[in-house]
Amino acid sequence: MTWDWNAVRDFMPHFWDGLLVTLQALALGSLISFALGLVWAVLMRTPTRWVRWPVGIVTEFVRDTPLLVQLFFLFYVLPEWGLTFSALTTGVVAIGLHYSTYTMQVYRAGIDAVPAGQWEAATALSLSPWRTWTAVILPQAIRRVVPALGNYVIAMLKDTPMLMAITVLDMLGEARLFSQQHFQFTEPLTVIGVAFVLIAYPASLLLRALERRLVR
Amino acid sequence: MTSGLWQLVLSGVWTTLQLLVFGALLATAVSFAVGMARTHRLWIVRFVAGVYTEVFRGTSTLIMIFWVFFVLPLAFGWQLVPMWAATLALGLTYGAYGAEIVRGALNSVDPAQREGGIALGFTPWQRMRKILLPQAVPEMIPSFSNLLVELLKGTALVSVMGMGDLAFSGNLVRLALQQSAEIYAYVLLIYFVIAFALTRLMRLLEHRLKVRAGKAPQARVFVPQPVGGGVS
Repeated sequence: MTWDWNAVRDFMPHFWDGLLVTLQALALGSLISFALGLVWAVLMRTPTRWVRWPVGIVTEFVRDTPLLVQLFFLFYVLPEWGLTFSALTTGVVAIGLHYSTYTMQVYRAGIDAVPAGQWEAATALSLSPWRTWTAVILPQAIRRVVPALGNYVIAMLKDTPMLMAITVLDMLGEARLFSQQHFQFTEPLTVIGVAFVLIAYPASLLLRALERRLVR
Repeated sequence: MTSGLWQLVLSGVWTTLQLLVFGALLATAVSFAVGMARTHRLWIVRFVAGVYTEVFRGTSTLIMIFWVFFVLPLAFGWQLVPMWAATLALGLTYGAYGAEIVRGALNSVDPAQREGGIALGFTPWQRMRKILLPQAVPEMIPSFSNLLVELLKGTALVSVMGMGDLAFSGNLVRLALQQSAEIYAYVLLIYFVIAFALTRLMRLLEHRLKVRAGKAPQARVFVPQPVGGGVS
């Protein structure tokens, strides 16, 4: 086994570029998934099944099919329909959409955990549905689910390398490009593998601490 | 789509199913070995198993796949057949997730059960095999069912390495037809059907195991019982 520190040094500038793209995709993807997941969760509580069933089926479908194929779908099909986005935008939308079907379950658990008395009190005060949701239910529901949402951010981080498949130069994309140009595969791939552990593990420790704080 | 292209898709489905089965077998073996090691009484065993799960859960599946395909041959001289390389990468990664499930289920068995085993003079291995596992395994099934669907989704990643699985055959068909909406819709649908079948199968398995472990199977239909009378 040969390990070439020079290759590591040459790779580092590309690594930082890739890390920036990865973090960008992660931040935007998280925002989309948090917002969209909340929309799905609220729609799943509407009284009419004509809303609940389609939303339930679509989200289940998105959740049970590979993100990679969804990326290909958005990347190749949207241009056919006349919508052209950059690769990064497509990737961010795909990740956000995919993970919104997970965060939706998290929100649902949070909403279910709000005591029924809160709903009844809101009705007794004749609050409008909008006020009931924004002023009574969601503030209590979301507080409980912050740590669980954080877990999905970590999961998302580990799925961002897939963006490479649609030509985004994230960490893995940069590593692959570098390896193909210099014929050194060991160093760049190991560096980004270690980088992922170094980001994901402290993040999960942080979340555990946050969980202890918020959930009690 | 012509029948030749359908043939291509079918061979892709076959590769995906093979990967799924092999990956699931390896992942199950890894998760039980590592999960049980995490409840071992020696701290060094627990520590090593813990490092394994954190490393493999910390890194991305796709990076593992790249690593097994590109670094393993160069660094250690192990050139694996693509199917086995992919199985190794998937099994080891998802095994780390499974290990957490096994550990959680083992820890959630009532401590009195373990103490009962000690009092009856069972060896640690007998306790694991005869007391803890039969009670813990049915509890693991719902989580493993989710993990199996995640593994199915993970198999699509090998297409990046040029293995001819379902996602890869979808790409080939797209190149052949020069249109993508139809074929990708079919590919997604096929994945969904497989995932749906898997979850149903796992639900059946859970039911069977619960009956065998002497736990009441969850009633499908709620039958109101008369209050204060009757059998039981």
